[in-house]
Amino acid sequence: MASVTMTVNGKSVSGDVEGRTLMSDFLRNDLRLTGTHIGCDTSQCGACVIHVNGEAVKSCTMFAVEADGAEVATIEGQANTDGSLNVIQQAFQDHHGLQCGFCTPGMVMSAAALLKDNPKPTEGEVREYLEGNICRCTGYHNIVKAIMAASGQDVSAVAAE
Amino acid sequence: MYAFDIERPSTIADAVKALSDEDAQALGGGQTLIPTLKQRLAMPATLVSLTGIGEMQGVCIGDNGEVCVGGATNHATVAAETASSYPGLSGLAGNIGDPAVRNRGTVGGSLANNDPSACYPAAALGSGATIITNTRQIAADDYFQGLFETALDEGEVITEVRFPVPEAAHYEKFVQPASRFALVGVFVAKYADGVRVAVTGASENGVFRWTEAEAALAADFSAGALDGLSVPADGMISDLHGSSEYRAHLVKVMTGRAVAAC
Repeated sequence: MASVTMTVNGKSVSGDVEGRTLMSDFLRNDLRLTGTHIGCDTSQCGACVIHVNGEAVKSCTMFAVEADGAEVATIEGQANTDGSLNVIQQAFQDHHGLQCGFCTPGMVMSAAALLKDNPKPTEGEVREYLEGNICRCTGYHNIVKAIMAASGQDVSAVAAE
Repeated sequence: MYAFDIERPSTIADAVKALSDEDAQALGGGQTLIPTLKQRLAMPATLVSLTGIGEMQGVCIGDNGEVCVGGATNHATVAAETASSYPGLSGLAGNIGDPAVRNRGTVGGSLANNDPSACYPAAALGSGATIITNTRQIAADDYFQGLFETALDEGEVITEVRFPVPEAAHYEKFVQPASRFALVGVFVAKYADGVRVAVTGASENGVFRWTEAEAALAADFSAGALDGLSVPADGMISDLHGSSEYRAHLVKVMTGRAVAAC
């Protein structure tokens, strides 16, 4: 067992983990932060995307030990401080960017990483950036639309209605 | 996964020492190794993480103008930091996997693994790169030795990769859409003293140089120079994604597109 300490959503947390403990399991089982979803557990689907030191990563394909000392952000830390939805989350609601909702935590975290580096992406750039996020309901049009709207762009012409 | 310990050394010397244990294995970004461990296809007693080693991070320009990439540098960093110094390499790194994978996967990890469908082997072989390890320098032409086989010894660590910068280069990848690996990928680089063409994803022996195309392109650097050439299907990978004949055909098509994009 190894002892790890990291900052998760602004709060310092620590725990004892095995070498093989995945970051996704540490978040869900040890910290009880179950908003980070495990869809495929094979690095394909992106439902488990979190930010580690500001970079989007798949938490099912990283060991908790590797995040020792890191600044971690998960979906639970995305809402505004008063508990209301942040701009991206609100856009997902407004534009029906989720159906069953299982992929949504990863979609929102990927979207946040994209908009941090590229505040006004084109539709093509959004689709390309979401390469590693799979929506099994196939609701991509509205997910893309929501992200475009969250970036403050006119989305009336985006994708098919 | 079987149980193992993880060490996180902060220097190359400490990593090499930790890897001297025969049951220890190096861990780069883990984007291949972690899925492998989940399938219980590997059983290391200790994983030695290389991503915390500062001297193996980052991109710089060497004394002879070559682009030097630290072995533990992730793909996203390579893509961003070589955009002006070596656009062909930047384009390749920026199209590996997906954004989250690029934030973890490392150049050293990719080259050490030498997956027959990985992108980086094409860049290293196509650039005539030098692979620097903790003990020696290995020319790319001597480094790749077949499917998942390299010149690396047990416990040897890729600390840096040096890419000579060509006059023009482009990597053209026919993406296998489910995995984002190359069904066939071709890296073409035009240097003052010749052209190099490296092909990944196609051969059962891993990355290789298409020397006939190199000779034709050295005489006439245009896609049309490839017209009379063909690639034998013998020895090409054949699987549910494409037959060996299809891959052989793609090698020529991708090479032509890469030349046209240079």
